[in-house]
Amino acid sequence: MTSILTYTFKNLPNASKWALRFSVRPLSCSSQLRAAPAAQTKSKKTLAKPNIRNIVVVDGVRIPFLQSGTSYKDLMPHDLARAALSGLLHRTNVPKDVVDYIIFGTVIQEVKTSNVAREAALGAGFSDKTPAHTVTMACISANQAMTTGVGLIASGQCDVVAAGGVELMSDVPIRHSRKMRKMMLDLNKAKTLGQRLSLLSKFRLNFLSPELPAVAEFSTSETMGHSADRLAAAFAVSRADQDEYALRSHSLAKKAQDEGLLSDIVPFKVPGKDTVTKDNGIRPSSLEQMAKLKPAFIKPYGTVTAANSSFLTDGASAMLIMAEEKALAMGYKPKAYLRDFVYVSQDPKDQLLLGPTYATPKVLEKAGLTLNDIDAFEFHEAFSGQILANFKAMDSDWFAQNYMGRKTKVGSPPLEKFNNWGGSLSLGHPFGATGCRLVMAAANRLRKEGGQYGLVAACAAGGQGHAMIVEAYPK
Amino acid sequence: MVASRAIGSLGRATASRMFRCPGYICRNFTGSSALRSRTHINFGVKGDVAVVRLNSPNSKVNTLNKELQSEFMEVMNEIWASDQIRSAVLISTKPGCFIAGADINMIASCKSHEEVTRISQEGQRMFEKLEKSTKPIVAAISGACLGGGLELAISCQYRIATKDRKTVLGAPEVLLGILPGAGGTQRLPKMVGLPAAFDMMLTGRNIRADRAKRMGLVDQLVEPLGPGLKPPEERTIEYLEEVAVNFAKGLSDKKISIKRDKGLVEKLTSYALSIPFVRQQVYKKVEEKVRKQTKGLYPAPLKIIDVVKTGIEQGNDAGYLSESQKFGELAMTKESKALVGLYHGQVLCKKNKFGAPQKEVKDLAILGAGLMGAGIAQVSVDKGLKTILKDATLTGLGRGQQQVFKGLNDKVKKKALTSFERDSIFSNLTGQLDYQGFEKADMVIEAVFEDLSLKHRVLKEVEAVIPGHCVFASNTSALPINEIAAASKRPEKVIGMHYFSPVDKMQLLEIITTDKTSKDTTASAVAVGLKQGKVIIVVKDGPGFYTTRCLAPMMSEVLRILQEGVEPKKLDSLTTSFGFPVGAATLVDEVGVDVAKHVSEDLGKAFGERFEGGNIELLKEMVSRGFLGRKSGKGFYIYQEGVKTKNVNSDMDGILASLKVPPKYGVSSDEDIQYRLVTRFVNEAIMCLQEGILATPTEGDIGAVFGLGFPPCLGGPFRFVDLYGAQKIVDRLRKFEAAYGKQFTPCQLLIDHANSANKFYQ
Repeated sequence: MTSILTYTFKNLPNASKWALRFSVRPLSCSSQLRAAPAAQTKSKKTLAKPNIRNIVVVDGVRIPFLQSGTSYKDLMPHDLARAALSGLLHRTNVPKDVVDYIIFGTVIQEVKTSNVAREAALGAGFSDKTPAHTVTMACISANQAMTTGVGLIASGQCDVVAAGGVELMSDVPIRHSRKMRKMMLDLNKAKTLGQRLSLLSKFRLNFLSPELPAVAEFSTSETMGHSADRLAAAFAVSRADQDEYALRSHSLAKKAQDEGLLSDIVPFKVPGKDTVTKDNGIRPSSLEQMAKLKPAFIKPYGTVTAANSSFLTDGASAMLIMAEEKALAMGYKPKAYLRDFVYVSQDPKDQLLLGPTYATPKVLEKAGLTLNDIDAFEFHEAFSGQILANFKAMDSDWFAQNYMGRKTKVGSPPLEKFNNWGGSLSLGHPFGATGCRLVMAAANRLRKEGGQYGLVAACAAGGQGHAMIVEAYPK
Repeated sequence: MVASRAIGSLGRATASRMFRCPGYICRNFTGSSALRSRTHINFGVKGDVAVVRLNSPNSKVNTLNKELQSEFMEVMNEIWASDQIRSAVLISTKPGCFIAGADINMIASCKSHEEVTRISQEGQRMFEKLEKSTKPIVAAISGACLGGGLELAISCQYRIATKDRKTVLGAPEVLLGILPGAGGTQRLPKMVGLPAAFDMMLTGRNIRADRAKRMGLVDQLVEPLGPGLKPPEERTIEYLEEVAVNFAKGLSDKKISIKRDKGLVEKLTSYALSIPFVRQQVYKKVEEKVRKQTKGLYPAPLKIIDVVKTGIEQGNDAGYLSESQKFGELAMTKESKALVGLYHGQVLCKKNKFGAPQKEVKDLAILGAGLMGAGIAQVSVDKGLKTILKDATLTGLGRGQQQVFKGLNDKVKKKALTSFERDSIFSNLTGQLDYQGFEKADMVIEAVFEDLSLKHRVLKEVEAVIPGHCVFASNTSALPINEIAAASKRPEKVIGMHYFSPVDKMQLLEIITTDKTSKDTTASAVAVGLKQGKVIIVVKDGPGFYTTRCLAPMMSEVLRILQEGVEPKKLDSLTTSFGFPVGAATLVDEVGVDVAKHVSEDLGKAFGERFEGGNIELLKEMVSRGFLGRKSGKGFYIYQEGVKTKNVNSDMDGILASLKVPPKYGVSSDEDIQYRLVTRFVNEAIMCLQEGILATPTEGDIGAVFGLGFPPCLGGPFRFVDLYGAQKIVDRLRKFEAAYGKQFTPCQLLIDHANSANKFYQ
């Protein structure tokens, strides 16, 4: 409670816009409420619900997120996942046999380790008696891993779950063409030399052309960057605004990195290489430099460029989730509660990246909160244009009424509380691993900056989205 | 048929949704000029770029009519005179339409070819000014950019188009029997090369934006946008304008070049075409092909080739002169008048004159998964109708489902659909063997075998399960609807919907109402047909309705002609050279000999002597030998999978020989044979109007051309009588009557027209 109070005053001078918006409040408060003005602004004191288990994050970690093709490029996905799990074990000191279940999210699957959760868990020294499964839901795969864990604990099936996510974009499965595969499989079955020769005689040179993993939405064949550019245009988000937002993300990330705020990072000793200790995609540039870049998707007049998009990233994250009573019984001091969450989905063509717009009002409503109750926003930044388009959509009554079936807009998050330690644009975005980073960033920010509620939201391929309320664990 | 189908696409392009965006239009008013009241054009300035926005009032489309042209030139003169303006953007704020073409009525109202030539020359001069403009003009194209619209766009210095399905570019003039008369024949070859220009102008095909970009017809594409802070269509046009304004600035600042990088193939082609000998070969080849396809019945394509050739070989001035003169000549031809008539008729038959039905049909059920049933399902599911396809057997159902899937998958192969869209469309189809879900159906269309007792049985079965509001439609080609409805508890809900095979290709739907059919039932059937993309005629019930009834006497004549010893191949060539898309003997094979026999018997009973002619034994014999036409692999011809050339079925010789009758003297020349077929058709069509089966001559023409392949160049039986002369037709009928009797007796209405100066079309 005091921390919230100090936060309010501490931030007043430098967060002028924010202050302006809220300065009216304390004045209107009656005298007996003034004892704890900040707390009274909350719609609810806590989101705990009767007869439902409280679920807490004990702690969460991630290995540094690296641009693909750098230090992790010779590894396999389960190596990264293993490093994150080992880091989690080390950070939390949880006895391995206490963990009931392990869930990992991933997007582009390495075929050899299609259940990467199990391979990583075994390698990380978890008990071979702990089952593990892998989930996939594009950029919200780790969120899905966490909420699956939440479901298992809430329903009483488990008490302790390790959830995480991993992505290795340095290596992706490139396949033989379907024709080639068919021939190779038929050759396996061919019994006589004659059959084999007749099969081989059907070989054509074009059988050898490889099949690259789709970079496009399957349903629409549109690449995500292209869709983001159209989204930005639909909401009239200018190139300059996009560049400026990207610059903000990089600057804030740099600041957070320099100040040591990114405490969820665990160092990773890469075999044969130096120990990696920090993210390597943070590159604050200048608006002039950024303005020089050519559009990457809609040429020659689009607005989405390499500089205002998230980059291909390698990385992994993991977190330890427990029922509150179990955590307390084991003597842990949890970091946060995981509260209400929602998944949404919409048109994968024209609203591909509007997940946060749809998910935010829904999760707030579910939790009985308003946008004003949120102290820390952590949104996944796929593209600057996507974030700014979501802001505009969230701030539009017209959009809420015509596309979301809502009476009014939810409002756009105040920038002062938004992704204050950088985001996917600057820290990087390993598809399957970003969800845990968002939740840990929200939890750590609430502890550091003060505040009670954090809102995590993300968009994902397929036109899906997710949002979750993170509540600070009382100190 | 190809020509008529392409006209269809023209019609579709014009049927776009209309909405206004006043907030948007009113922006950027500057200067006094903008305040002057104009009805078609709104003009504003952004920086040093003039933005000219077209939006004709009270119309779904913009057409280059006189008022729009004069307002446009007024605005352009202002732009050229202004010191502040350095470039211009030309855009339409009417969604789905840039400019759909010149105003057809403007040309139709001309009395002489000189008058039309003058119109053409005015157009040429206007567009020449645009072409020579020192201030770059960017055409920002969203929606249909056809005919005169295309000619305008290619006179501009730069073209940007939205990459959506509504945006099509094309020169469809040939489908109206004319040519691009405002410089199009001269500019298009320079822009896209000779072969592509010929292709565009001779087929009239619509070209989608992405293909236009590859051809060099447009310079940039703009992706359509989804919803933002405004409706998608509105914001997309706004975005198109923003992009176009930037390019206009870039062009006037010389930061962007209008020169296009040509690919290697393109460079080689243009090099080859710089050799006169090669060009001559191209003209020759194209001309040969056109002559073969049009059989000399359509003058426009040959004139187009001629005009293009003149422009290239003798220079611009000669080219423009030839273009305007030929344009004037063509506009006065019968063929053009016939084709324009069809165009108007088609627009009429794309409207629901019965109003909106009380309940929109959303759930459709189809009985019988045969060729017709599955075809109807195919054109329904891709328009978003939830469709149940029911058959009696699993094999029959499976065949039908496969037909629907194949139809959709063929579109995927042609890149008209994505595989995802195909799957999503296919999910609207439910195949089943029982009546589950019929309790939710808004309409049931039965397409079971043509047998009255079977139809009665399914009608009773269906009526036991469907809700009260559900319409029962029968897809039959000959069984009278009132006889089918006799078994119904609710005859006001029973209607006929006669589709034509193949359903996904044939545009016509003939809707048949009985005395008891309610207006709402009719409105509902028309609404469904329109949704399925059909051109619709609504006729009264009677044996053979309209289409089958017209066809039957002609078919009877076909048999007689064959009996008289004319070879099937010869007969086919006689009919196709008259303008029918399919030869008469081939048509029997396509329809199915058993079906033809069935229909002949039924209608023969109903109409007696007038429908006689050939001996029906011929068909009976063929059926008994298993020569059912294409579906059984043998009819008059032999059909083999993968074999393109058709061979005459030699087993037919014996049958034909046994039924041989001697040809009559004086009525058996090639021309007589052609007219024996056509006059019987025409006479019966007019009889249908006389008896009130048909409500209007327009529907008669549309039905004949789109359903039966009546020569489009003649415009349909009624237009044909108007243009050819009723008296001449009566004369021919009398001559044949003298030889063959009552089958050729002209009907009263036709005689009336011959005796007076009355015409079917005023």
